[in-house]
Order: sequence, then structure tokens, then C-alpha cells
Amino acid sequence: MMQKTVLQSEHINKYFRDPVKVQVLKDITISVNQGEFVAVTGKSGCGKSTLLYILSTMDTDYEGDLRIDGDLMLGKTEPQLAKIRNEKIGFVFQFHYLLNEFSVLKNVMLPGLKLRKLSEEELKHKAMERLKMLGIEAMAPKMAYRLSGGEKQRVAIARALINDPLIIMGDEPTGNLDKKNGDIVFDLFKQLCEEFNQTLLIVTHDQTFAENTHRIIEMEDGRIIG
Amino acid sequence: MNLKLIAEIAKALLLARWRQSLVAAVGVTFSIAMFIALLGFMNGLNGLLDGLMLNRTPHVRLYNDIQPNPNQPVNQSEAYKGGHNFIQSIKSSGGRVSLYNNAAIMQAVKADPRVLGLAPKISAPVLYNAGTIDITGTVSGIEVAAESRLFAFADYMSAGKAIDLKNVSNSIILGQGVANKLLAEIGDVVQVTTSKGEQLPLKVVGFYQSGMKAQDDVQSYASIATAQKLLGEANNYITDIQVKLYDLTQAPAVAKEYAQRFQVDAVDIQTANADFETGSSVRSLISYVVGVVLLIVAGFGIYNILNMMIYEKMDTIAILKATGFSGSDVRKVFLGIAITIGILGGLAGLIFGFLVSLLIDQVPFTTASLPTVTTYPIDYNPIYYAIGLLFSLITTYLAGVFPARKASRVDPVVIIRGK
Ligand SMILES: Nc1ncnc2c1ncn2[C@@H]1O[C@H](COP(=O)(O)OP(=O)(O)O)[C@@H](O)[C@H]1O
Ligand SMILES: [Mg+2]
Repeated sequence: MMQKTVLQSEHINKYFRDPVKVQVLKDITISVNQGEFVAVTGKSGCGKSTLLYILSTMDTDYEGDLRIDGDLMLGKTEPQLAKIRNEKIGFVFQFHYLLNEFSVLKNVMLPGLKLRKLSEEELKHKAMERLKMLGIEAMAPKMAYRLSGGEKQRVAIARALINDPLIIMGDEPTGNLDKKNGDIVFDLFKQLCEEFNQTLLIVTHDQTFAENTHRIIEMEDGRIIG
Repeated sequence: MNLKLIAEIAKALLLARWRQSLVAAVGVTFSIAMFIALLGFMNGLNGLLDGLMLNRTPHVRLYNDIQPNPNQPVNQSEAYKGGHNFIQSIKSSGGRVSLYNNAAIMQAVKADPRVLGLAPKISAPVLYNAGTIDITGTVSGIEVAAESRLFAFADYMSAGKAIDLKNVSNSIILGQGVANKLLAEIGDVVQVTTSKGEQLPLKVVGFYQSGMKAQDDVQSYASIATAQKLLGEANNYITDIQVKLYDLTQAPAVAKEYAQRFQVDAVDIQTANADFETGSSVRSLISYVVGVVLLIVAGFGIYNILNMMIYEKMDTIAILKATGFSGSDVRKVFLGIAITIGILGGLAGLIFGFLVSLLIDQVPFTTASLPTVTTYPIDYNPIYYAIGLLFSLITTYLAGVFPARKASRVDPVVIIRGK
């Protein structure tokens, strides 16, 4: 059966103009299908993060076409892109970006509250389910800044999952964790992919991590080399 | 709209920095409190001073001025038509200060829908006889009921009852200064000589204190009939008609119209007391300026705290944007913070301003010229409170707009990459 294409980029070029014009992405064409677990690897500075920011619609200063769910991103307004991020993309950063002013539960719920597909009660229930799945339901009422690094990253994954996104993107989500916690996070991704057919696009330079995914996109100096 | 969520985020950010937020709010509170207290006090003073003069001054006064006839015989002569008239020192003729046909005028004025009421008046120059010395002065013949109703005559009685002027024949109410000089007491009889040399004994029924010493030293009051008797005039003799209007601002137009219609002189309150209004508006202006300056300072306080908050909360803004909040959501969050500080600080300011006003209202303030006033006057007009709240909202909004716009433009990529 043909899997539908979730994310597609065609001939994407990206330049930084400060201090001199340099091209950091060169003719990037990739596509990610529903249910795929894709790793992006490459040396530090080869443009992986830059690519991910473009693919996640946060960076709009590029050349080429980006389609998410078949929908062309070019020419969309800032609020439209924000809505797409909210609804279709779950993002996990290298540093565990949680909102320190809120509890763990609220952190997970916030993108859902913004989307307003579910009532607050339903959302609370769903958030607790996600936290339970990630083994951190006991943390729910705690303030976010009280958690350890590994726990924070799991909360970030729960937050990324709250709106049942089309795709989860991660920029070295295990890069700042020790081996044990890194493995936990990787196993979670794997489990999401296998059990829930979740699409994932994860940047990493952990070779063993990459080798355990379905597909590796390797980059060098702004190009895809395999 | 997602206002509830925006408010929740704003609240969390505000509470995370509650100390600075409180300082900013206290700044607003202080300026609004000052604004309210100052405006209430200044306008209380205005009201007092207005009462001192404006309330007792007719809006339009009809009278006959003594002045040379502008239409001199030489001007009417055919023979000198082309000539230049250099006749100097022309005298006024036929000093007729009485208002001719005043009964008809009063009837017409009373029928005018713009007119609240009128009070006729006679001015008679007199000498008060105290032993061997004579004191020059004026006796005004008034209709005491109308005078009290329209010009608060009774409020300025320092002793005796105003209505006795009407009830007791040949009675007089002496100005406080006159009474002091004559050593007169209520019940005494004073001798008064008119300009035509006639002498009349009048019974003292009260004392009057206007607050203006120059006036109280010469001015006394009698009934219309007594004044007519003093002057030896008939009972249709009236020198002034004092008119009070519903709307003071119409006075110049009404004065002009009456002068034309009744062929008399008419002066309006604005012309008669030109500098008075200026004083009032200058005092109001001062309070507004001080209030606005204080609010601007408070506005900078809010501007600073918001800028600081945005600088500290860059990560939060970046995550919100990365997880699907738009720039306008972020802007609303920070505007919400500014306006919350403004509303809370402003409301507290209104309460404190009211309390300060109450305090000023307790401070004793006695002056010989204002017998009815015992403490500083305060105007509690709710309009000032509404203006205060409005001002605090406008200032905090303006102080919040630019930081909020800055927050809405934060590029999440720059923040996330910067780690
Ligand atoms: N704001 C910027 N201005 C100029 N050059 C930048 C900027 N951000 C990143 N770069 C450069 O772009 C290249 C790619 O960076 P990045 O995408 O972060 O690489 P990676 O994530 O693969 O380590 C690097 O050489 C980096 O120095
Ligand atoms: Mg990177």
C-alpha cells in the first residue's frame, strides 16, 4: 500500500547574509512518508539545524518549495504558519525548553489549549495519558523547572504529542542527555513509530541512534550525500 | 478568541515577576492618587471661589449707564455735515439712571425660557451718620427673597435673618465693615443721609459679610421700598435688573439681545469678570498637567518592567511561538500584562486618591471672608475618577504597545539557535 507523503522539500537553498553571503543549504530535496522514522546526520556545522528550522516552518527565509501534508508553505502568513506548527508539527529541542512558569501538566496541555479541538477537561485527561505512556505521570503537578534533564525531555515529547501531530521533529533531542536517558528517549521514539505509526524526523550525530531508524539522510556541507 | 488562554499565560508571567510588576503598579497608583487628590482639591477651590463671586453675580445686568449722548446736536446739524467736530469736555446730560418702563421689561424677561429668574435692584449712594463723622457708602435696595434664591444672599448673613428686611419696615442689613465702624448692633437704629440731603432712621436687622472687605466696608442692604424712600423716588423706580440664566455661557448673547430690545445697557458676567474664568481654568490645567506628567513617569516604569520581562522571557516567547502561538498571541500576552498593571494600579490609585481627598477635607480651613467654610474644599466629582482610570489605561496601553510589539517579533529560530 502506498504511504502518503507527509513532508516534502524541493530544491531548498538557504543563505546567510551576515557578515558575508554564504550558502548553508544547497538544493535540498527530501520527502518523508507517513509512519517513517528518519534520522538526519552529518558533521557539526553542516546545516542540519538550519534545515530543520525551515522544515518546521519557523524559518521562512529560504528558496525552494516546502510542502507539509501536500500543502505549499510558500506565501503563508505568520499566523497561518503558527497554526500549522500547532496542529501538525511536534517539536523536540536539544535543550529541554519547557515553560518554567507552569506546571508539567500545563506545559503539556498548552499547545492543545491553543488548538482548542478538545475541552480543557479532555485535554487534561489526554495529557495525563501521554505522561503515563512516557512514565512520568507522577511529575504532572510539579513545576517544570524542578525536573531533571531526562524528565524534562520526556515532558517535551509529551507536549509534542498532545495534538496528535502529523510529524515529530527533533534537533538532537538526546544530545544533552546521558547514555541512559538518551536510550530511554530513543526507545520512546521507536515505540511511537511502531505502535502508533508516528512519523518522526530526528537530527542526531549519535551513530547508533541513527542506525536504528528506518532511513538515514546524511548531510555534508549543506548538501545531502545519501 | 483564545482570550482565556492568553490571560492565563499573562497571569503566569506577571506572577513570576510579581515584585517588579508591583513596583510598576505602585507607580501608577501614586500618579493616579495624586491626580485625583489634586484635581479634587483644585476644583474644590474653584467651586469655592466661583461661589465667592460668580454665584453672586448676575449673568446679565440691565441698567442705564451715565455717559454723554453719542449723538450730539452738532453732529445732527446739516451745516456742519462735512466738518470735523473737535468740541471737548462734553458733559453727560439728564442723569437718568432709572430704568424706564421697567415693569414691562421685567415681564418680558421673566417670560424668556432661557431665564432662571430675575431680581430688581436700586443702588443709592448714602452717608452713614456716626456721631460727628459721616461714612460714605451705598445702600442697595433688593427684593430679598429673589436675591436669596438667585444669588445666595442669605448664605452670607453673618448675623440676623435676611427675611427681616422684608418683614420689618424701614430696616437695613449693614455690611460687616460698616457695622464695625458704626459700633452698631442688631436692633439699633442708624441714621442714613442720601445724596439729596434727606435723612432717614433705619433699624438694623442683620449683618452681611461678602468676604470682600472693600465691599463690606461700604455696602448695606434695604428693601426696594426703603431704598425708593431713601431716594425720594416713586415706587416704580428701579436702577438695575439682575438676570440669572439657566446656562451661563449664553450670557453674552442674551445681554446683546436685551440691550437692543429694551434700549438699555446690558453687561454679561463674562465681560464683567473676565479674569475670573482664567483663574479657574489655569488651576484645572495645572492639575491635569501634574497628573499627566506623573502618569508619563509611571508609564516609563511599566515600559521598563515589560522590556526587562521580555528580555528575561525570550525562551518562553520562543517556545510559545515554536509550539504554535502566533506573534499576535504573544503581543496580546504582553499587552495584557501592561493593562493588568494599569487597571490594578489605577483602581488602587482611585481608592488612595479618594482617601487622600477625605484627609484634605478634614484639614481645618477658616477664613473671615468665607463664614460657611470650615475645612479645605474638595470636589468629589466622579468624572475625575473616570478620567483618572481612563488616563491610567491609556498610559499603560501606550507603555505596553512597543514592548509587546517587540515581543511579538522575537524570532524563535534566533533564540533556539542561540543556546
Ligand atoms: N545566523 C547565522 N548567520 C550566519 N551563519 C550561520 C548562522 N547560523 C548558523 N550559521 C552557520 O550555518 C552553518 C550551519 O549551521 P547549523 O545548521 O547550526 O549546523 P548543524 O546544526 O549541522 O551543526 C554553520 O556553518 C553555522 O556557522
Ligand atoms: Mg545543530
